[in-house]
Amino acid sequence: MLRFTIRRLLQMIPTIFAVALLIFVIFSVIPGSFASSLMSDGRTNADPETLARINAEFGLDKPVHVRFGEYIVGLVQFDLGTSFRFREPVTEVIGDRVWASLKLSVAAMVFAIVVGVPLGFIAALRPGSILDTATMVGAVSGLSMPQFWLGLLLMYFFALQLGWLPSFGYGGGDPLYLILPAITLGVTPLALLARTTRAGVLEIMNEDFIRTAHSKGMSNARVVRWHLMRNVMVLVVTTIGLQFGSMMGQAVVIEKLFAWPGIGLLLVDSVAIRDIPVVQGTILVIVVWFLVINTFVDIIYAAIDPRIKQT
Amino acid sequence: MLKSLTLSAALLIGTAAATWAQDPQSGGTLNFVAPYGSSFGTLDIHSTPATQDEFPAKAIHRSLYDWNSAEGKPELELATNVEVSDDGKVFTYTLRDAKFHDGKELTAGDIIYSYQRIAHPDNAFPGARYVSGVVGIDEFVDGSADSISGLKAIDDKTLEISYKEPVAEPGYELMRVNAAIYPEGAAEAADFQTSPVGLGPFKFVENIPGSRITVEKFEDFYEDGKPYLDKINIVLLDDASARDVAFRNQEIDVSVLGPSQYVAYQADDALKDNILEVAEVYTRHVGFNPDYEPFQKKEVRQAINHAINTDLIIERLVKNKAYRATGWLPISSPAYNKDAVPYAYDVEKAKQLLADAGYEDGIEFEITATQNESWGLTIVEAIIPMLADAGIRVTAKPVEASVLAEVVPAGDHQAFMWSNVSGPDPYATMKCFYSETTRAACNYWAFDNAEFDAVFDEATAEADPAKKTALLSQANDIVQEEAPSWFFNYNKAVMAYQPWLHGLQQNATELAIQNYEDLWIDDTAPDSRK
Repeated sequence: MLRFTIRRLLQMIPTIFAVALLIFVIFSVIPGSFASSLMSDGRTNADPETLARINAEFGLDKPVHVRFGEYIVGLVQFDLGTSFRFREPVTEVIGDRVWASLKLSVAAMVFAIVVGVPLGFIAALRPGSILDTATMVGAVSGLSMPQFWLGLLLMYFFALQLGWLPSFGYGGGDPLYLILPAITLGVTPLALLARTTRAGVLEIMNEDFIRTAHSKGMSNARVVRWHLMRNVMVLVVTTIGLQFGSMMGQAVVIEKLFAWPGIGLLLVDSVAIRDIPVVQGTILVIVVWFLVINTFVDIIYAAIDPRIKQT
Repeated sequence: MLKSLTLSAALLIGTAAATWAQDPQSGGTLNFVAPYGSSFGTLDIHSTPATQDEFPAKAIHRSLYDWNSAEGKPELELATNVEVSDDGKVFTYTLRDAKFHDGKELTAGDIIYSYQRIAHPDNAFPGARYVSGVVGIDEFVDGSADSISGLKAIDDKTLEISYKEPVAEPGYELMRVNAAIYPEGAAEAADFQTSPVGLGPFKFVENIPGSRITVEKFEDFYEDGKPYLDKINIVLLDDASARDVAFRNQEIDVSVLGPSQYVAYQADDALKDNILEVAEVYTRHVGFNPDYEPFQKKEVRQAINHAINTDLIIERLVKNKAYRATGWLPISSPAYNKDAVPYAYDVEKAKQLLADAGYEDGIEFEITATQNESWGLTIVEAIIPMLADAGIRVTAKPVEASVLAEVVPAGDHQAFMWSNVSGPDPYATMKCFYSETTRAACNYWAFDNAEFDAVFDEATAEADPAKKTALLSQANDIVQEEAPSWFFNYNKAVMAYQPWLHGLQQNATELAIQNYEDLWIDDTAPDSRK
């Protein structure tokens, strides 16, 4: 298992390098710069000398290949550079925000798993029932409703009409502030998990080994626990892994709507003002997060089904 | 008799209550909104021109001058008196008694330190131009001098600033928030960016990146009895829909409104009485590039102004959240010509002007614009059919805001739509049309007109403020006649506020930026604010 884990971790390195190169090239060729963004709202007329000095201060007057070399040298030393806007190390800027994003992602995923997986199971065990129909209608709605719109509806009912929850903000870490953004972000994976679990359970229930287990006189509970759950979990863990891995990226819209101080929001702001070191660092963190989660999922696969280790 | 006495007593009590209700009350917490982005940048306000960063800075810092919203002009803030030399070049300030948050007394040395830091070439700070007219700045910037010779501390409380040319009102530049005064040497401290110290009415308490900054009352603030509030949470909330819900839910005390919300709030009985409006110093326009041959003809530029039904667009698309522009200088500018008449919507006249210019078959051009709802593609799409009626074929080229700010100074366009600062200083504003001002600086039209230059030169040499203003007004009339832009509108900034909040100022330079020390909340505020 250790060799398998190390092999998977080493496979991440070329991916990270490729992503770093891609981000760097994209933001080197697209028009617009940090200096021009300072006057983009038309509220400031910056003189050309100052703009030139700003470009020089941040090394933007150097050739692209020199900047890329410096970036990679910094990267291998875990130095992501200095933010143009915050004038602080990018690692500190991201570090200030990453916990808020993690908190939101974990809360949304826990909500999706705790509600979605049992719903999928129950619906599959009673196919065609009212509960099954309601679950699937809810799942389709959850998948098709734009998160932004859902968030606004939740805000309207739970904050404005009922007054139970705050409509926006971080609240210094108060869990009450986490509820609405986590539910909004968690609805899509919840719906996906419910549908996946239901489909997986229905498919496995028709397999020969399930019929064999029943014919041996095994109780329903034992069949579900020993045969059904174990096989369905591979499918469910795959879905959880993919959803959890991409959640930081998906959270951008939710963070903006609820003014949640995560790295998604930081990314949007930084792209607009061309704070390239922060953009590069933030995307890299999102990519590494995705890779780590998927590597972790692969390790869990191997634990659930040892045959996977051989492939 | 008894009835009459009772009535009189009731009236007296009522009057007293009304008077009492208008007297500022101390205490409470304000939830103020910074709506122009999802984060604050650095807390070193010298290094940033972003309006968003001014929200906390205005609470923490003070500059030598401040903007007087009521009178519409800069006024002394950190000085009690200024003496100006006869030639209008030397300003001698008597500084007021004021303390920084760390207890240090304000001295002339602090101001010199702050201005030299802003101007230092190694720092690349956007405010460098505020002191670019001071004697000795060139030597300081090129490294041949360690200090700016035009900044002198006569003693701890007397500061002398010498300019190269006569300056009518240095306050227009020195009132800027990013020309704030720091305690001498303080910015070199490692923690200054995360824990700034200033002269402002509130002390920095906490920054939750991406969420809010909290400041609390500075007991030693130099204005007696101020600030009234105990604490301000300056929260980040740039999404208009979320801001609307939060405002209606009483979680925030102010909300900047866009055109759609402006209409909705005006129609809502519960909200319509608490809306603050001001004509801000921004002009929305479509600028023409004279490098594109048709725009070299004044008749063509005037034809475009005549071919667009500007009033209709302001009514239907901007929902009257704007003032019709006549020329370049806005309504709130001291040099605004109140008698100026905007270009009339007259398609036949537009066609005639095009024919006079030799373009009987019309012209075609491209407008580079952003997605901005008030001065972007929405407006361009609306004027396309209007211009087509006059034989002018237009296409839109969408770009991002930072790209627009790159292509316009470079002249890499045929026409552009933008909202540009047009005040409050009419001299700095009109200088953008001076032929010696480069396109990269702010002469985006590459405007070159001998008559304008002559009037502007006269204004430059004029020391008398009233005469200077009159000359600048005359210069603005020339710009209107020359029509380097389609003059669209001047921004009407609109802010909704909760009924318990008082003391807001109609700040024409930026409505959302308030002098927090004047704000106070009354007893009707929710418990969370008390």
